[in-house]
Amino acid sequence: MERILFGDNQFFAVNHISDEKSRAQSIKFKDDQAIIKTLDDAREAGINTFMCTTHDRILNICNIIRANPEKYKDYQIFPCMPYAHKYANAVTELGIVGTLKQYVPGNFFGSLFKGGVAYLSKDYTSIMELLIDSEMKMFKGIKTPVVFLQNVITDLLLGLRADEIFVAYHQYIRKKYDAEAGFITMNMPKLLDVLERGGIQNPVICSSINKAGFRMSGGKEIYEKTLQTRKVRAIAMQVLGGGAISPKEAIEYVCKLPNIESILFGASSKGNINETANLIRKFDQSLAYNTETIKAN
Amino acid sequence: MLKVALIGAGKMGISHLSILGAHPQVDVVGVCDTSKMVNDFLSKYGKFNCFTDYKKMVADVKPDAVFVAVPTKFHYTVIKDLLESSVHVFAEKPFCLTVAQGEELVKLAASKKVVNQIGYHNKFVGTFKEVKKIVNSGALGNIYHFIGEAYGPVVTNKKQDTWRSDPSEGGGCLLDYASHVIDLLNDILSPVAASKGSLLKSVYSGNVEDAVYSLLELSSGVNGVLSVNWSDDTYRKMSTSITVIGTKGKVISDANELKVYFKDSLPNGYSKGWNVKYITDLTEEVDFYLRGEEYSAQIDYFVNAALGKVPNTINTFESALNTDRAISIIKHSSK
Repeated sequence: MERILFGDNQFFAVNHISDEKSRAQSIKFKDDQAIIKTLDDAREAGINTFMCTTHDRILNICNIIRANPEKYKDYQIFPCMPYAHKYANAVTELGIVGTLKQYVPGNFFGSLFKGGVAYLSKDYTSIMELLIDSEMKMFKGIKTPVVFLQNVITDLLLGLRADEIFVAYHQYIRKKYDAEAGFITMNMPKLLDVLERGGIQNPVICSSINKAGFRMSGGKEIYEKTLQTRKVRAIAMQVLGGGAISPKEAIEYVCKLPNIESILFGASSKGNINETANLIRKFDQSLAYNTETIKAN
Repeated sequence: MLKVALIGAGKMGISHLSILGAHPQVDVVGVCDTSKMVNDFLSKYGKFNCFTDYKKMVADVKPDAVFVAVPTKFHYTVIKDLLESSVHVFAEKPFCLTVAQGEELVKLAASKKVVNQIGYHNKFVGTFKEVKKIVNSGALGNIYHFIGEAYGPVVTNKKQDTWRSDPSEGGGCLLDYASHVIDLLNDILSPVAASKGSLLKSVYSGNVEDAVYSLLELSSGVNGVLSVNWSDDTYRKMSTSITVIGTKGKVISDANELKVYFKDSLPNGYSKGWNVKYITDLTEEVDFYLRGEEYSAQIDYFVNAALGKVPNTINTFESALNTDRAISIIKHSSK
């Protein structure tokens, strides 16, 4: 994974701090070209991985990427599925079973609902596989080396103790897409325990990691200890979490932590993209220099 | 450890179950749902003990507390049965379909001395807690107006036909959506006493209202506006906000951002003029996160109350009954 990953929240009016800003973003990114322009700004800043949800509009972005193979030859996407609001709105309207009937492709449910017999594990994994395939369709022909499960689903399953689903997801992503399974969570230490118990070693986990301790469930200390002592390929998101901390201080904190393979951030303007990317590189270099110096001495 | 059971594993129920399943002080002893597919999933993977008959479940597993997340029209009957078994009850909002039902349950809960709570989760959101603190400090001066708003994309086309579109089952924007805003106003300012006029408008739905507009009077005498619309697809998800205006200042807050203006008298940590605080600064960390800290925080609070560690004063049946009363006032004034 690259050191810096570009996120998509700003494109879809996801702003955890201000509803006003979220509306401004929604206006700014009304046209797909505005999204492409920002992705290109990030590419110019050396960021060639786009980590995005399976939002309907991503299909248009994928079409543009596919139509320009030369321009995007080094480009890759880390899909995050599902786009939760699509399903959440459907569950409100149709219930859990109704939603699955609507979104699982083919006649799977037609045959399943007639019998009234008990559901087997393979039924649930089949449903999961069909849903993954339908979400992955839009990325056909684009490099997707890591495929993530969104935090709402990861954390829901974590609390429901459906540990075997994580293992099945991990296996299916490897087998079908020749990619690594990734997990987004707001409960990183707890999830790592569960994944390790399921035999998934050194998993890719993306979670909130920031100096303010925002959305680091159970507390910042447990996260820091996990990063220091356990095997995990961590991606830090919401690194600027907590408005009170300056970007410089926030990035320095994350760069100094061990085991953070990548840092995920999103920004709407070229200036902000460059500022954050430069800060990450600056702290990485000075830390590398310090480490070298310590070793040399 | 608190022995907890859940009735209704739909959207809210399954979210509560996940938080309960991860809770260190909770032992989930039973889950009751009518869907075979959901029950089979929960028993197969999470090893939950699943039932289709809640009375049988309560008799078999003898829980200390039960979460009720069934459609609103079943609340009265299910909660009454539970209270008669003397278990602590957490129920989803809104509380009941009629004021009379709610009054009966408030009395019954008091006589049984059980912990009772309704899932108005906004009271556990950091920004709204801060608004209440600011209002109570008196720093806004003489409060003379408020605006309570909520907008979101629940019903955005004509095809829906579920319990949410049936008024006799607790459907409609007033019970489902506006109740959140009314409950906040009741709590932060004072309970709704009258409506000077209300409009219940249908945008897409055939049988229920999709928007609620009302001029409200609170028991403190303050007047204000309620404006709620669940057919507004310019919002990605539900957005709730409260504005309170006084002679010495004004506060505008949603679940993410609080903006407050002070003319002169200042509570601790604020300066003259505009101040902005973000949820990131106002949120207490939870042990397990799903969808928002407030969902875990309200469950922590209920569990602690049932274990006798905190008083049972937030989101009680009694406070939710005030919200049911306001709903009934708005309904009548719209006719």
